[in-house]
Formats: sequence, C-alpha cells, structure tokens
Amino acid sequence: MTTPAIETTNLTRRFGDFVAVDAITLSVARGEVFGFLGANGAGKTTAIRMLIGLLAPSDGEATVAGANVRTDPATVRRRIGYMSQRFSLYDDLTVRENVELYGTIYGLSRAEIRSRMTELLERIQLTASRDTLVRQLPLGWKQQLALMVALLHRPEVVFLDEPTGGVDPITRRRFWELIYATAAEGTTVLVTTHYLDEAEYCDRLSIMVDGRIAAMGTPAEVRAQVGVSTLDEVFLTLTRAVAAP
Amino acid sequence: MSAFRGLVRKETLHLLRDRQTLAILFLLPVVSVLLFGFAVRTDVRAIPIVVVDVAPDAATRALIARFAQSEQFQLHGTLRSEATLDALFQAGTVRQAIVLPTETDRRLVRGERVVVGLITDASDPNTGRVMEGYAGALLRRWHAERAGVAPSGGVSLLTRMRFNPTLESVNLFVPGLIALILTIVAAMMTAISITREKERGTMELLLVSPLRPSAVVLGKVAPYVVLGMANMLTVLLAARGVFGVPMRGHPLVLLGASLLYVIASLGLGILISTKAETERTAIMAALAGLLLPTLMLSGFIFPLEAMPRPLWAISHLIPARWFLTIVRGVMVKGAGLADLWRELAILAAMSVALLGIGIRRLAIRLP
Amino acid sequence: MKLRTIGALMRKEVLQVFRDPPTLVQVLAIPLIQLVVLANAATFDTGATRLLVRDDDRTPASAAMVAELVGSGEFTVVGTAVAPAHIEAVLRRREAAAVLQIPAGFAAAVARGEPTAVQLQINAEEGAVAGLIQQAALAIVERQAGAPSTLEVRQQGWFNPTRRYKDWMVPGILVSLTTIIGLLLTAQSITREKELGTLEQLNVTPVTKGEFITAKLLPFWGIAMGIFTVGLIVSKVVFAIPTVGAVPIVFLAAMVYLSVALGIGLWISTVTQTQQQAMFVAFFVLLIFLLMSGLFTPLEAMPDWAQAVAHANPVMHFVGLMRAVLVRGAGLAEVGPTIVGLGIAGAAVLGLAVMQTRKTLE
Repeated sequence: MTTPAIETTNLTRRFGDFVAVDAITLSVARGEVFGFLGANGAGKTTAIRMLIGLLAPSDGEATVAGANVRTDPATVRRRIGYMSQRFSLYDDLTVRENVELYGTIYGLSRAEIRSRMTELLERIQLTASRDTLVRQLPLGWKQQLALMVALLHRPEVVFLDEPTGGVDPITRRRFWELIYATAAEGTTVLVTTHYLDEAEYCDRLSIMVDGRIAAMGTPAEVRAQVGVSTLDEVFLTLTRAVAAP
Repeated sequence: MSAFRGLVRKETLHLLRDRQTLAILFLLPVVSVLLFGFAVRTDVRAIPIVVVDVAPDAATRALIARFAQSEQFQLHGTLRSEATLDALFQAGTVRQAIVLPTETDRRLVRGERVVVGLITDASDPNTGRVMEGYAGALLRRWHAERAGVAPSGGVSLLTRMRFNPTLESVNLFVPGLIALILTIVAAMMTAISITREKERGTMELLLVSPLRPSAVVLGKVAPYVVLGMANMLTVLLAARGVFGVPMRGHPLVLLGASLLYVIASLGLGILISTKAETERTAIMAALAGLLLPTLMLSGFIFPLEAMPRPLWAISHLIPARWFLTIVRGVMVKGAGLADLWRELAILAAMSVALLGIGIRRLAIRLP
Repeated sequence: MKLRTIGALMRKEVLQVFRDPPTLVQVLAIPLIQLVVLANAATFDTGATRLLVRDDDRTPASAAMVAELVGSGEFTVVGTAVAPAHIEAVLRRREAAAVLQIPAGFAAAVARGEPTAVQLQINAEEGAVAGLIQQAALAIVERQAGAPSTLEVRQQGWFNPTRRYKDWMVPGILVSLTTIIGLLLTAQSITREKELGTLEQLNVTPVTKGEFITAKLLPFWGIAMGIFTVGLIVSKVVFAIPTVGAVPIVFLAAMVYLSVALGIGLWISTVTQTQQQAMFVAFFVLLIFLLMSGLFTPLEAMPDWAQAVAHANPVMHFVGLMRAVLVRGAGLAEVGPTIVGLGIAGAAVLGLAVMQTRKTLE
C-alpha cells in the first residue's frame, strides 16, 4: 500500500486574529489531479504555501511526498515542484539558462539537464526559442515554461498556484493537456484555480470558503453533495451560504 | 482639483505606510547632524608625540612637561635614541617626534644656538602643517622662557577669525548637510518612486486618468516638498539646539532658498526617472548624477577655490553649489538679499528650468 | 554547500549584471568618475589666499611686509585701502579670503624695537581653510620680522616630503568608491529578487541559505576586486601615488575587507523588503562609515568616544591600512592584526547574513 502524496490533519494558519486556513484535513492519492477551488482570499495560496514549506503552519500536521512539512521541509523541497501565481523565472536570462540554473539546483547531471530540456521544450514547442530571453516570450509561453521548469527534476508532487491566470482559452487548454500528461507519468498535481470549467478536469477537488473546506470529492460527488447540476451552482450556493447569515 | 488632491493623498499614504523608509528619512538628518557636530571635526588635537632626549637635563624636562600638559599633544613617552622612531611612525603610534640636542640647558643659559629636530608625519599634508605649527609654537614659548627673550621679536600677528571665531566644523557642515538631505529626499526619492511606478505599470493607470500629465507628475512630487522642508527644519533645529549653530541672517531668505532648491532637486529627480527603466538604474543614476556631485563639487567638504579649473567650471552647473553659498551666507555670515541676489537668481532660474524640462519630458514619454 | 549549485547561482548573477547595460555602465563608470573627480577636488589647498590690504602706515617697512607675504607665493593681493566698515562686507561676499591691516606707526615701532602687531582678519566660514591661512601667515610674519633667535627648529616631514595631498587622499578615495559600489549592489541584490518574485521560486528549491549567500557574495566580490584593481592602477599611473610598502599586502587586505563590506550589504538586503528601503539603509550606513573613517577629516580630531566607536568601522581600518602600507611602507608586522580583525568581522557579518536569510515567509 502506498502512502498518499499529500495528507493534512487540521492544518491551520493564523495571521494575528485572522484565521486564513482553518483546520483543513485532506488526502491526495499519488498520480491524482487535485483541484483547489475557492474565491480570492479563501485561503488557497496560504494552504499551498504551508504544503511547500514556505510558511510554517500554526497548527495541525501535513505530510507531502512522504516528508513532514514541519519537521523536514528540506526533504519536501527536494521532492516537489512549484509554480507560483506570479511568474517567477528570471526575465533577463534565456530559456536555456533558466532551465540549466534550476536543473543544477535540483542536482541533475549535465546529461540529465540536456535530455530533460530537449524533452520538455519539445513538449511545449519552445525548442527553437531556447536562446531567447524569457522577457521576450509571450505570457502563455512563459507560463508553460514555468510549468516545465517546475517538472524538471521529476518531482513526486507539483503545486500549481493559478497557473492559467491571464492566459487565453487555447493556451489554457494546452495547459491542461500538459497537466494530464504529467499526471499520467505518475506525478501528483495539486492545482488551484478560480475557473470553474477547469475544475471539471480534475480527478477530485475541494472548494475552500473562508479558510475551510466546504466540499470535497470528484466533480460528480461535489455536485451531488450540494444537490445542484453544475459546479457553477455549487460554487454560488456554497459562497452564498456563508455570506448570507 | 479634487482628482489632484486624491493623487497627493495617495502619494502621502505611500510615504507614511513605509515606516522603515520614513524612520530612516527622519533619523538620517538627526544622526548626521550629531555625527558632524560631535565626531567629524577638522581641528587637530591630542597629537601622539614622542620626545627623543639623549641627555636629559632641567631644560629638556621642562619641555617634556609642557608637551605632557598640552591638550594639543598626547605625550607617548621619551626615547634615548632615534632607533625605534621608524617603526613607531610606520605603525602610526606616533605622528610627531622632537629630537633634542645634548647639553640643552647649558646651551640655553649661555645663549648658544640650540638645534631642535622636529619630525612630523606629513603623509596627510594638512594635518602635518597644523602639527608643525603647534609644535613650533610650543618650542618657541619654551625657548623664550628658558633663554629669557621675547618669543618673536617686535612684530606679532593678530588673527581674527571672522564669522566663526572658534572654527567650529559644525558651522561649515550643517549647511552642506541641509543640501545633502534635500537632495536625498527630493531628488532621489522622486526618481525612485516614479521609476517604480513605471516599472510596475501603475504610472500608465494614472496617466489615463482625466488629469493632465503635468498634474499627475506634480501631484506625485508634492508630498516630497513637504517632507524635504520638514527634514530641513529638523536639521536646523537639531544643529541649533545641540550645537548652537548661528542664524545671523533672515530665516525667510533661507526658507525661500530651500524651497527653490527642493524644486530644482525634484526636477532633477523627474529627469532621472524619464531615463531610467528600472529602479536599480534610477538608484545608481541618482547616486552618480546627484549625490556624489552634491558631496564633492559643491564646496560641502572641500573648498571650491581648491578645485582644478575644469572641475571648478563644472561646479557652476550644480544647484547645490549656489544653495550652499546662500545657506552659509545667511546662517554664518549674516548675509541678506543685497549680498545674495545673484546666487538666488541663478538658483531660481535653475529650479524653474529643471522642473519645467522634467515635467515636459516625463509627460511626453509616458502616454 | 554544493559547489555546483553555488556555481550555477553565481553564473545567473553574473549574466544578470552583464545583461543590464545601464547597471554595467554605472558599475564601471561611477567609481572611475569618483576617483578622478574626488582625487582632484578633495583638497584644502586653495592656492594663494586672496588678500585685501589696508596699509595705514604706508612706509617701506609696511610695503616690505606685504611684499614678503606675496613673495612667499601663499598670498596674492586683490585690492587695497578699504574703509573699516567695508571689511566685513568684503569678507561676507567672498571678494577676499582675508584682510591684512597694518597700523599707522608700524615702521616707527619696528625701528625703535617696540612690540607692534599687524592684524589679519580671515573668513573662517571654512574652518580648515582658515586654519591653514593662519599657519601660513604666522610663519611668514615671524620669519620676516622676528628677532634673530638662538632656537633653530629643523623640520622634517616624513613619508610625504613634497606634501602632495593626493598621496594621502587617493588611497582613501579608492577605498570609498569600492565600498560604495559594492555595498549598494549587494544591498539591492536580494531585495530585488524579493520584489520580482524570483526569490519565492528559489525558496521552494533545496538551495541552502549558505549556498544562496555565497553565490550572492562571490560575483559582487569579484566585481569589487576588479574595480579596486583598476582603481589602483589608475591611481598609480594617473595620480602617481606612492607604493612604498608591498602591494600584495594591500590586495590581501582588500580581499578580506570586501567580505566585510559586501557582507554588510547582503545583511541589509536580507532585512529589508524593498529596494528603496535597502538603498536608504545602505546609504545611511555608508554615510556614517565614510564620515567616521578618517578619510576626509583627521581621526585625531574626533573626541575619544567617537574614536572608540570608530574602531567598529571597517572602512576606518581599511583606509588606515591602505595609507600605512602605501604611504608609510608598513609591513605585515604592523598591519597583520588589522587584516586578521577584518577577517573575523567578515566571518561574523556573513554568518549574520546567512542567519537572517529566510526560506520561509513571516
């Protein structure tokens, strides 16, 4: 029996009096595409930051890729990939230089970096632009490149924080194809989004409202739980339920 | 005009919210005044000196006692030979040495010639000259007392140090400090903050507003005028309160000149921001283009008259040079409009030109 | 500490600097401009003092006194005969730097051997300059009018017999320019990545704090050493500064010193959030360090407490070391302890920077 890729128990983060993430408990199986939904400010990014070791939890436990985020963040970092909301590769380096930098940081050999780079750049059809400064790439390509860099070292789990923010529908589609391909290789994907149509692509998803998980399961299960026929309605019902009283 | 007010408010909030920067902006003037007043001085004192006395007698002991009592010197001891002098000077342990002859007392009493060696570390020529002056004067007084003659014949020189009788360095530096701080606040801060908004794209947002571009720029820089003047007053009050720096002329002339200087600095800051694409570039350009010239070519530390001709000519283009002349004139020398109208006119022309060009350039480049 | 990781991060840092032409130009140009301008501007030697003469005696003796002052080359007469009321205005408007008054009856008093005095009023606005004018005038008047004395003071100025001010200032200026550029560059380097968001990406990788700081330090250390080397060559070739002591000692000391200066820059960068803040903190630190370094004003002029505080100032130690080795010819025996002290300070500051580095958000 394999351990889950991500497992949290009552994971909580407080900022002063404000509870950004309120005792969330979830489990993500290996190879799953897990969606993290919620309105802006619902606590998605804070939760992710705790899972990748950027932010210490105030309470609760979390294990990612077999390592405890609180006691062994170094191991967690080695085994995961991360793509942040903000594009965060080096603008003034070329595609190749960025890939080489991160490849080396993750301890890949030169030969591995070379073969991985060829493979990943082909996958996003960026091979011809490998010596272009990242600054000069269109946003959609930049985002795809960031995803590839996050996957460079074949992480066990990859965290994507709103990877499709601000890109056109065609690129978004491409993105999801890439995400599926990644999951097919056995990498667990945790992705946050506020596009509800994207949530349908996930194996399972959770909807966060005000720091809590309001619903969790496969898209069909979530719709059934709330008793409506589309995720749009799920979302509206859940957020209104909290806002109303 | 309410849109303009909103802009000023936004910029003020930016300033007030960044507590760390604000704290530095108010700490910087006060700490520098205290530093300049207490620590950064040009008067030489407690010179470490050693006396080489091969044959001690009553006269040499009297001389050594004089050095030991003097505040200008710190007697490091007496030596019997010159053998270790080199090492002492090299290590910087002593800066000056007196080498006395044999039979000093007997020669003095008999009215014979006494040759005293005075070795000075002249690696810093200015301090060296001052140290030679102090030691020479002390030697002459000692000689006069032992040999019983008047120190220097019939003619003496009476010097009167006008405007600054005690040669307080703080009187010299405070005006320079005011210029420096106004440059930092008005020019550097605006250059950086406008470039920052350009880099982040928020400037475009402001420029699509119904306000005229020039109004946008003015609204952005207005709070820095207030901040700059507040800083200047802080420096002035600290300098007066702690060190009693004089204010012999009319304070209004000083305030007027400061306002002109702030405007000129704002203009320079805006000009830099039209050229700089990134914050890093703006910071470096402000450093090279504003701060260093203000420090080096304005007469702040080193006198203008001492500069070689080409630099002296360049110094005329630097607003700080004119501002400094005015501030020193008003504070230290009690000068008024009659003495300073030329400098004021030049500064006014510079400020109008710089601000005008700055706003025009920025307004053309941005939309 | 993985050397490959450090190497990759350093390569990134170097590529970034060299791909940003404005920064590159400034990194190279600012120090050179500063060196050339400051080396020429940093002097108190105002040349001949502009003197206004009010001679109420009008005798050959009073004329001889004036001639002696002018003949020394230290004074030049820009005008004569001013009404007493105008003297102050003349000084205030800087039309003359000093006014010499010779009283009526001067010649007669000298002839009778009676004591008499001439008066020199100096614009003391710039105290250091006024002091030098006074020293010069005193020496001339005493030489010219003093009674023959049996005291002979034989003056020797060691280390700088020609009294070139550049010999003294240029080594110090070199220190200041290397420090300014190195400290500002490092102070910005980490905050810039914080603001751009690239630091967050690095923070989720296995890069350790030590690797991160080392990779930030070494490229800027190399740049600063390069600037120092070029500056030293320019100082020697253009300004003909003395190199009495061993130049390798200066290089060794520079290598150690820069670890302190840049370590302080990195430390500032770890504790600030924006480049603007980093720049102001760095500027504040630089101002205090440079002013209290003995670079522009003599250390001896500082009160004892300030001299004690100045011992914590790395710039003071390195400026002193440069001058000791280059001008006075001091060797390792004299400056060795300073180098060791700087090394300890460097290790401490860099350790602090590593400790302050946060891989997590607050």
